[in-house]
Amino acid sequence: MSLPNEIPAIEVAALECGYGGAPVLTNVTFSVRRGEIFFVIGGSGCGKSTLLRHLVGLHEASSGTVTFFGESFTAAAPARRRELLRTFGVLYQGGALWSSLTLRENIALPLEEYTPLSRVERDELVALKLGQVGLAGAGEKYPSELSGGMRKRAALARALALDPAIVFFDEPSAGLDPVTSRQLDELILRIRDTLGTTCVVVSHELASIFAIADRLIMLDRTARGIIAEGNPRELAQHSADPRVREFLTRGENQT
Amino acid sequence: MTAPSTAVARVEARLEGDCLHVTLGGRWRITQARPMWPEVVADALAGVRDYPRVAHGRAGSASPFASPLTRVRLRFADDLAGWDSALVLFVDEAQRWCRGHDAFCDLAALPEAVRALAAQMASALEAGVSAPPAHPSNFLAALGHRAQTAWHETLEIAAFVGDCVLGAALLARHPRKFRWRDCLSEMQQCGAMALPIVGLISFLVGVTLAYTGAIVLRQVGGDIWIADIIGLAMVREMAAVMTAVVLAGRTGAAFAATLGNMKSGEELDAFVTFGIRPVDFLVLPRVVALGLMMPLLALYANALGMVGGLVVARSVLGIQPSAYWVEMLAHIDLSDMSTGMIKAVAFGLIVGLSGCLRGLQADRSAAGVGRAATSAVVTALLLLVIADAIFAVLFNLLGW
Repeated sequence: MSLPNEIPAIEVAALECGYGGAPVLTNVTFSVRRGEIFFVIGGSGCGKSTLLRHLVGLHEASSGTVTFFGESFTAAAPARRRELLRTFGVLYQGGALWSSLTLRENIALPLEEYTPLSRVERDELVALKLGQVGLAGAGEKYPSELSGGMRKRAALARALALDPAIVFFDEPSAGLDPVTSRQLDELILRIRDTLGTTCVVVSHELASIFAIADRLIMLDRTARGIIAEGNPRELAQHSADPRVREFLTRGENQT
Repeated sequence: MTAPSTAVARVEARLEGDCLHVTLGGRWRITQARPMWPEVVADALAGVRDYPRVAHGRAGSASPFASPLTRVRLRFADDLAGWDSALVLFVDEAQRWCRGHDAFCDLAALPEAVRALAAQMASALEAGVSAPPAHPSNFLAALGHRAQTAWHETLEIAAFVGDCVLGAALLARHPRKFRWRDCLSEMQQCGAMALPIVGLISFLVGVTLAYTGAIVLRQVGGDIWIADIIGLAMVREMAAVMTAVVLAGRTGAAFAATLGNMKSGEELDAFVTFGIRPVDFLVLPRVVALGLMMPLLALYANALGMVGGLVVARSVLGIQPSAYWVEMLAHIDLSDMSTGMIKAVAFGLIVGLSGCLRGLQADRSAAGVGRAATSAVVTALLLLVIADAIFAVLFNLLGW
């Protein structure tokens, strides 16, 4: 918050993503403003999740840079890089809660590792985070005892544990029913509005895209990169690229 | 056959001029036998070849079938009770035969659905039938590929061990960061919980050794040396090796399965993006637990093995327990004991590291987790035997 406002939350420049062989994505360039809900969309196998895994440092990009709040993440030394990891949280597709720990321990673990908080303070913070995602009182449950939607919300609470400035969501609505999925969308909106968190969402759920996305980029498998960038409603009506219009209208009512 | 005629697929082929009229009837099920096109054609044309002779005999006219077949016309019989892919396969065979024999395959009489499916089939076949990829036939290529894989794997093991050493160095500087709670629970799992199985196996190893030794010793009248043989064998070799084998199957496989499962559930990724190294958090507590528990278990195995030998010595060779005890103490000293303990620690680290390594390398699937567990046991046993041989040479050189 001490940084000047015009510096974007995330800047990606000429990123090339792949797993060894032929690159899945080439020359990916975009930036995400602070407090924005930014969607990465595209058909199955277009490299959405690949891009996400490269952004958060799970895989090394073969070239290009990722910059968070003006500081390069890809060029940072390992120690600095570990510190930069704390600027963002990740909500994984299946939640990825640590199955041997209770919800309370899951959320308390990052706090234990990185904060000088006392045990009591930690427990209070955990209760707050669980309350924020609507899971108050469920702290002593194990991840296996929860439904898919609850697991996602708990994972969101964990992603928010260190009050990150950015949260990445990997297909938040995958495997959820429409109502639970909408509730999760509302949760994302509420967190953005109360905490000012920048949200980057990988999704192909049209309902979510139109409900909460401020801006989006669309990836394409054959183009191996971004084929559209902008507001979903504008793109759905005015995009010059038929692939984009088709995706955003489910291929229906083509004009 | 008591089955009604509609229960099986049936084909009637009738020649009219140069046109073969094929009528499909009965019930076509992919799970049941169906007529094959080549047989249908062969039967029909066999009739043709016979026909001229008969016709000639009757009417004396020239054969009307001298010209080859130029049209095949398929249609449904009225009694067609049902059809599925079996019929589509048959129609496709017919079409391909016609293409090969310059005949026109007329499907106009078939329902639209059959024609659409046959067309789909034809275009799918054009794209090629998928088959498992052929193995590289070139011997040198295969060898090179194997060598590359082996080299890559060696590098991975080296990187992993290096990572663990780095983590351990970090721990030595910040012992409070260590997950003692996890380590203790792992110690309970791999130590205390393994006592019954390790005890039983060690006792039986002692018994077996004693019986084997007794065969020779009785012949030379050196019954009392049974105490030395069992004592030395257990302390120097068997206790550490047998405990390590049990723990490789019991604990190493469990480590691999746990970590493999965590990997497929993205739990390891969650650690990484929180800046927590899985090696520090998951691997070190487990390896430390095994490294600490293995010598203790080996000590316990020593005791149980000696008891096993003692029981056999008493009951088969009639040696007094006190004599057995005194004889054994006279020949086993601290150097024997220390070789066993050093081995036990090393074996514990080997089992723990191979279990965790294979778990971290697991594929993100159910089968991947299973393979990781198997591979963990195999890797641990292989490294155990290699390490044991190295230790044998080393201790011999040192004169221990």
